Amino acid sequence: MELAAIRSKTYQDSNKIGAERMQSGVSSCFHCGLPVPAELDLEVLIDDVNQPMCCHGCQAVAEAIVAAGHENFYRVRTEVSPTASDLLPEFLRDSEIYDVPEIQNQFLRSPGGDLREASLMLEGITCAACIWLNEQYIAGLPGVEQVRVNYATQRALVRWHNSQIRLSEILQAVQKIGYRALPYNPDQQQELHRRQRRQQQRRLAVAGLFGMQVMMLSISLYAGAWSGMEYNFQQLFRWLNLALTLPVLFYSATPFFISAWRDLSHRRVGMDVPVSLALGIAFGSSAAATVSGHGEVYFDSVVMFVFFLSASRYFESIARQRCAASIEQLVQSMPLVTTRLSPAGSAEEMVPAATLAIGERVLIRPGETVPADGVIIAGFSAFDESMLNGESIPLDKQPGDRLLGGSINVTNPLQMEVTAVGADTVMAEIQRTIERAQADKPPLARLADRVAASFISVVLLIVAVVAIFWMMHDAERWFEIALAVLIVSCPCALSLATPTAISATLGKMQAAGLLVKQGSALEKLNQVTHVVFDKTGTLTRGKPRLEQIVCNTEFEREHCLQLAAKLEQYSEHPLAKALLLETGAVSGDAVSQVSSIAGGGIRASIEGQVYMIGNVEFISRQAGAEIPSSWLEQIDRDAVTAVILARGDTAMAMFTFIDDLREDAGVLVETLQRMGKSVLLMTGDRKAAAQQVAELTGIDDYRAQMSPQEKMAAVQVLQSEAASVLMVGDGVNDAPVLSSANVSIAMGGASSLAKTSADIVLIANDLQAVAQAFDMAGRTQRVIKQNMIWALLYNFGAIPAAAAGLIAPWLAAIGMSLSSLLVVLNALRLIR
Amino acid sequence: MEIIYLLIPISLILLGLIVWIFLWAVRDGQYEDLEGPAHRILMDEDRIVDRQKNSRRGGAG
Repeated sequence: MELAAIRSKTYQDSNKIGAERMQSGVSSCFHCGLPVPAELDLEVLIDDVNQPMCCHGCQAVAEAIVAAGHENFYRVRTEVSPTASDLLPEFLRDSEIYDVPEIQNQFLRSPGGDLREASLMLEGITCAACIWLNEQYIAGLPGVEQVRVNYATQRALVRWHNSQIRLSEILQAVQKIGYRALPYNPDQQQELHRRQRRQQQRRLAVAGLFGMQVMMLSISLYAGAWSGMEYNFQQLFRWLNLALTLPVLFYSATPFFISAWRDLSHRRVGMDVPVSLALGIAFGSSAAATVSGHGEVYFDSVVMFVFFLSASRYFESIARQRCAASIEQLVQSMPLVTTRLSPAGSAEEMVPAATLAIGERVLIRPGETVPADGVIIAGFSAFDESMLNGESIPLDKQPGDRLLGGSINVTNPLQMEVTAVGADTVMAEIQRTIERAQADKPPLARLADRVAASFISVVLLIVAVVAIFWMMHDAERWFEIALAVLIVSCPCALSLATPTAISATLGKMQAAGLLVKQGSALEKLNQVTHVVFDKTGTLTRGKPRLEQIVCNTEFEREHCLQLAAKLEQYSEHPLAKALLLETGAVSGDAVSQVSSIAGGGIRASIEGQVYMIGNVEFISRQAGAEIPSSWLEQIDRDAVTAVILARGDTAMAMFTFIDDLREDAGVLVETLQRMGKSVLLMTGDRKAAAQQVAELTGIDDYRAQMSPQEKMAAVQVLQSEAASVLMVGDGVNDAPVLSSANVSIAMGGASSLAKTSADIVLIANDLQAVAQAFDMAGRTQRVIKQNMIWALLYNFGAIPAAAAGLIAPWLAAIGMSLSSLLVVLNALRLIR
Repeated sequence: MEIIYLLIPISLILLGLIVWIFLWAVRDGQYEDLEGPAHRILMDEDRIVDRQKNSRRGGAG
């Protein structure tokens, strides 16, 4: 049965009030885009038009926005806003805790007087207009001195007069316009990043600006060398260049010297050794030429080299930091305050979460985040652990079960005993893994390191040979010629070849929604022969959709659907939400005695009769209802997720849900197959489900019911057959496979663990980007190859000429600059 | 060519000024958010700015 037909029929039958709106399609909330319940009539006057609202929450938010004069928000926003909830008394109480000085110490700064400053994390931001609205609204509050929202991180820096407004009032004001703001404590790591970033910016600025000046004077010198130039002017320009190069060399280039020294003291030859050597030689010989008054100067090469190399390193570190920040959200999700219970369990007290100790008891209300790892001691509830494992369906937990800090309590309040805090929690472990991954330098750059290291050894050997040869044949010229060889072989272009290409690609891929964590992933992508996909959440959306309604003969379809919706509106379960998405919001007027039963479903009475909805087990156990065997067969055969509605002990209807395929999945598989890659599907799901997806996308090789270990083993078997495997996955169970594959991509909605294990994260959640990644990787590889070949050709071609004493010094200088410039320009082609 | 003795010092003073401005901009965090201002300039409305100024004046007085 077609769902659209069911839906429209339901609407026609249900109520006459909404009939006018229905003709122009389904009426949706002007604020959040959800369908408006037929019997609800809420409106807000926006830009002289009465706009429909789906709930009192959205109405209140829209009214607050209009009242503050920010209707413009609705004109410029590009995405609908999140559904607003009513301002809960709990939130009012909870936000007041942030006014307590003891707790404020964790995140507040006092720039002077009664001024206070704090960083707020904003939730619910969907587009640029949301940020604009928040900025305007907060800035309009009396007593707020300054507010600045960072678009990239969605964090706000607010400064206010403590005597005029309290922090809790600011937080509540944000809640009023439909967002959530929570103060957070920028940790030391972030502070360190910020300082590093600014240091790099300063170094880059000095190199660039002084470099321009040096370039200007150098061009005069080149022109002078061509057309003749008075000796005093030439010397003046050279001395000026020497002075202007000093800050570049001793400020901007210090990181290269420091890391070269570190390498040498560890008896290693890294990339920075030839870089430092090149800089030292070029500057040293130029300075000598300037002082003595004859010889060639290479100040322009020195500054340009420092500038380009600093720039490419700056962009690379920005890409890494951004990647880390996007994952760091989960660490910030730990609550600042929590409710501690006295040992007897009677008294409640709000305390900073950081002060919790092992063995203490805390109370966790629905909607609250678990403040530390622990064990349930009283109560039943469901927990959303999607922050940790990407699992969208909440897990039921009972006394004795383990709770992870950072997961969210969905249904009932309960008591927990703390078992691990701070650095010992699972969340902290994930963060450490992220940091390790971040510190890892791309192995591809290391390949260039090796090339440059062996190159520099060869060059030094050649210089020695040349020097000895000329000493024996023409003792007067040996120093001059040895110097020429050293300068001509300066591996500037070689050092720039890889980093410039990689940083250009990283920027381009970021814009396409691909976060590349390791530059080496680009190299490995080119070697991939097999692509393995996970099913749920990767090829499919990972969100259930109501597919079919099977009714017992004596009941009507629409009636069952309405009843189910009435019950399910009290559930937070994703299946319940999927069902409500089909019906729109329904009235809860006639529903009473609602109870949510852990691990099963909902029971409530409507018009004096007891109804239940839930999974098969729940219905047969709780309701004692007989479920038709044809339903059970269908569940088994089609491998569908099903929910059953029962009245008393009669099963009324079965609702089945499917996980939709992403629209672009088929196209992607086809594209990959055309590229000559073998595409495989490996899933933990049942065979029928796997087969269906495989057929729809055109994958021939699919394997079902695989455990994470089996997936890993299968990947290793492929690898032993000389295949290079790309794994695309999302769940926590994919983490081992993701790390064992040659290269891996995690979906944007993936669990943090999966994102940590993967080399590339798809932030746009758009599968098509996978094909784009291949394309970009191929182009990068080609550019790097071209760069390397050019650099080596130039160096090895010029060295014999210089060794023979044939290269005119001015030619060597121009050649050195041009070869580096060519490499950079070639890399820049990747950005287009 | 004697003009060079005037032009070079001028260019050096300009260089110093530009470097100072740049370092100030880095210190001020002007490079922390490169996307925001592009959106902000499109969405600012004079009316709202006026209203804000009024409220701020009201707050101070």
